[in-house]
Amino acid sequence: MRWGVIVFPGSCDDHDVYDCLKRVLKQKVEFLWHKDSLNRNVDCVVLPGGFSYGDYLRCGAMGRFSPIMRDVIEFAGRGGLVLGVCNGFQTLCEAGLLPGALVRNSSLQFVCRPVHLRVEETDTPFTCAAKKGQLLDLPVKHGEGCYYADDVTLKRLQKNRQVVLRYVDAKGRPAPAANPNGSIDNIAGVCNEGRNVFGLMPHPEDACEKILGSEDGLKIFSSVIAACGKGEKRAWHG
Amino acid sequence: MARLAEKSFSQPALSPEIVAAHGLTDEEYRKIVELLGREPNYTELGVFSVMWSEHCSYKSSRPFLKRLPTEGKAVIQGPGENAGIVDIGGGLAAVFKMESHNHPSFIEPYQGAATGVGGILRDVFTMGARPVASLNSLRFGSFDHPRTRYLLGGVVAGIGGYGNCIGVPTVGGEVFFDESYNANILVNAFTLGIAQKQRIFKGRAEGAGNPVIYVGAKTGRDGIHGATMASESFSEESEKKRPTVQVGDPFTEKLLLEACLEVMKTDLGDLIVGIQDMGAAGLTSSSVEMADRGGSGVELELAHVPLREAGMTPYEILLSESQERMLLVAKKGREEEVKKIFERWDLDAVVVGRVTKERAFRALFNGAEVARIPVAALTSAAPVYNRPAERPAALDELQRLDLEKVPAPKDLGETLKRLLDSPNIASKEWVYRQYDHLVRSNTVVGPSADAAVIRIKGVKQGLALTVDGNGRYCFLDPYVGGILAVAEAARNLACVGARPLGLSDCLNFGSPERPEVMWQFAQVIEGMRDACAVLGVPVVSGNVSFYNETDGVPIYPTPTIAMVGLLPKVERHVTPWFKAAGDLVVLLGRTREELGGSEYLKVVHGLVKGTPPWIDLRLERAVQQTCLKAIEKGIVRSAHDVSDGGLAVALAECCIAGPEKPLGARIELRAMMRGDALLFGESQSRIVVSVKEKDLGRLGRIAAKEGAPMQVIGEVGGPRLALQPLAQLPVEELRSIWAHGLSRRMKDEG
Repeated sequence: MRWGVIVFPGSCDDHDVYDCLKRVLKQKVEFLWHKDSLNRNVDCVVLPGGFSYGDYLRCGAMGRFSPIMRDVIEFAGRGGLVLGVCNGFQTLCEAGLLPGALVRNSSLQFVCRPVHLRVEETDTPFTCAAKKGQLLDLPVKHGEGCYYADDVTLKRLQKNRQVVLRYVDAKGRPAPAANPNGSIDNIAGVCNEGRNVFGLMPHPEDACEKILGSEDGLKIFSSVIAACGKGEKRAWHG
Repeated sequence: MARLAEKSFSQPALSPEIVAAHGLTDEEYRKIVELLGREPNYTELGVFSVMWSEHCSYKSSRPFLKRLPTEGKAVIQGPGENAGIVDIGGGLAAVFKMESHNHPSFIEPYQGAATGVGGILRDVFTMGARPVASLNSLRFGSFDHPRTRYLLGGVVAGIGGYGNCIGVPTVGGEVFFDESYNANILVNAFTLGIAQKQRIFKGRAEGAGNPVIYVGAKTGRDGIHGATMASESFSEESEKKRPTVQVGDPFTEKLLLEACLEVMKTDLGDLIVGIQDMGAAGLTSSSVEMADRGGSGVELELAHVPLREAGMTPYEILLSESQERMLLVAKKGREEEVKKIFERWDLDAVVVGRVTKERAFRALFNGAEVARIPVAALTSAAPVYNRPAERPAALDELQRLDLEKVPAPKDLGETLKRLLDSPNIASKEWVYRQYDHLVRSNTVVGPSADAAVIRIKGVKQGLALTVDGNGRYCFLDPYVGGILAVAEAARNLACVGARPLGLSDCLNFGSPERPEVMWQFAQVIEGMRDACAVLGVPVVSGNVSFYNETDGVPIYPTPTIAMVGLLPKVERHVTPWFKAAGDLVVLLGRTREELGGSEYLKVVHGLVKGTPPWIDLRLERAVQQTCLKAIEKGIVRSAHDVSDGGLAVALAECCIAGPEKPLGARIELRAMMRGDALLFGESQSRIVVSVKEKDLGRLGRIAAKEGAPMQVIGEVGGPRLALQPLAQLPVEELRSIWAHGLSRRMKDEG
């Protein structure tokens, strides 16, 4: 399969994702410049972490208007796989590809620390290699990662099982102390109704090698590889 | 769209008041007239004022700095360029430097600290290196001081705000609190980058006729005379100088970083001859320094400089310290290729001048000459002062410490808890969790250890980084303090398994016009020099920050030492915390009965007195070599250096500082000395290591060969840290105190 990593002006974790896919997972991967159009040959588009346009306005509010985003929206509409990490998640929410919004951390401070996550749903191409209820250790690093959705949206998310990852404690309980940013319902990652667009605040690309302290991030990428390998991508491509 | 400056400019007349307001003495003014052979005009006066400022000219420190050893087999570039460079093998080089941003950070903590980070990043990427790791060394006043929380909060947010946004991880640092810094905080920022050894760029203007290109952000009126401000002492007036602090824009710098690295890429051939960032004294110092290094001159047309506001005068354009700007000298005929790359990143790139054969700095404004100064008059001919130095009269009294009059506390366990709660010893997590220490996915050991460790993708070696400096020691004995700063940094590298390659320093002192300060400065340099010589560490870059004083009271003399070391195999690194029950705890080095300058003496007895700990550099080297060789043999489970708070604090940290559940230890301490000195004395050249029992013999043989004293002091295990026969405490309780010592003070706002 082929991966594309979008480079927005101000993307920082683009190299991390690229390196993880290419060197660790031996994948075919290319950078996609935000002013270009989307290469139709890619199977999964990654919107990386960072500070697109400096995030001087609202996080992702400018990135959402980069020229490539028109194609990304169309690609997602045809069932293409789109993964947004941190700033990429924020951008996908701003673009309307994912429900809800990410606001300032309740601590009002940037937070960089490891968190425990519980995999809530495994019938998505991003978590199909994980087990339901499995715990993953990944780092978060963000100033605006507090997930918010209004009651109606939240109910719909629950009904459609779109909450994919939750912040939990070491025993797997979604305790308030385990929540690094005040996210509603300890939500760390959500997918769209079609389950082909996924955003998460934690950074799987920084936890894919033993020497970095955790390999749990591989679960996310290897899920996508497995899903595409099974030929499911054809279904998502419509 | 860049705005145009006013069409013409008439130079205001000079008066003695104007000269004085530029921070120039009468004697310096006479020297300017002599060098020019005429009176300077207003613009030229401004140029001299910044170039001859202490900040840019090092006029008080230059004779001393020459005494530091700058050569070593790994050194590619020593002091004098934008940053120092060492060879790290595999065709790669590490480019690094530390710089102070003390004055701006005190006036406006967020922006002052942020632009400090921005400035040091530019110094590194201007040499063709991709910045991969930052550190910072911070000093604040006591928590009793009303501004300390505000300043700490602002500085930390500013460092994070800039470093996080530009995507360079802040992997380590140090924070220290003492009344001495109540009205003059220290913010020293360090960045390291990795470059191809064969693709290093320098700040040189060469080749007459080559175009000088301005790239990056537009020029505004911010930061005019920042360099001059950094060369003055503080007073109540300083608050009014807030507008001279620049505002950082990390997004623009991120674009600048990517665009500059793209321009320097090998496959494009040589587009540029030289490149330098516009830091202190902006366009003026960058163009003058490049011309000086290249043995050439430069001619600038100031009307072409992209401006942020209308009506700026040539004087303002030359002296602005607007951030995120670089000056580069391109190969003639390749201007368009350079411009195209910057345009892709939505940045201005404008030809603003050319390199000239005549060694003069010339500035034109719409064709009319507004300044013409020989380059040498601004650089090599700048004044150098051999200022008087004198040992402070009060030092004898300060160094006198009668331990008879210092009662030992009855409950040493309670004392340990008090020390773990001290903000100087407590966990700094409140600080570093606000920094992205992971971006670029190279961080192997983050900010909680003696030194940070990063890997380098594509090669097997790794780099270790640390920054250290104890102003209290230097206050009590600046010569010994200088030695200890270098020794501790090298020891911290040894604890993770890295051999030092080089260091960068920030020398933070009071006013050099005070003979006592000058004496402290000279003594610190001598101490550093001796330690560098014995431990084999060259100084490759650094900076001097004088005038750190408020209303006539200087700060403690505070050299901060950022040291970089090499790990032959990155996976063979060691962390400070205990790993498993049953491992033996071994102390390398020797404990002496000494308490002078210790954190214990300050926290428990309110004293900053005595002489700092004794040091024998040969013993220091033996201890470090033992640790390094044992790590290379793979037998060290954990290694932690003994520093602030002494042996008891070091052991407690071994138990509680790790990411997993705390691990206790049973320690037996036998020594003929006071219990408080045994537990909390800060004897140097000590490292606590843990090993498996079966490896003890091997460790012993290494230590014997190196000549390092070694003693088995206990065993890892149990829920308590037992320091028999003096104290016994549950490690969970110690962890809780240590973990919240700083954060609870930051919450106490109100």
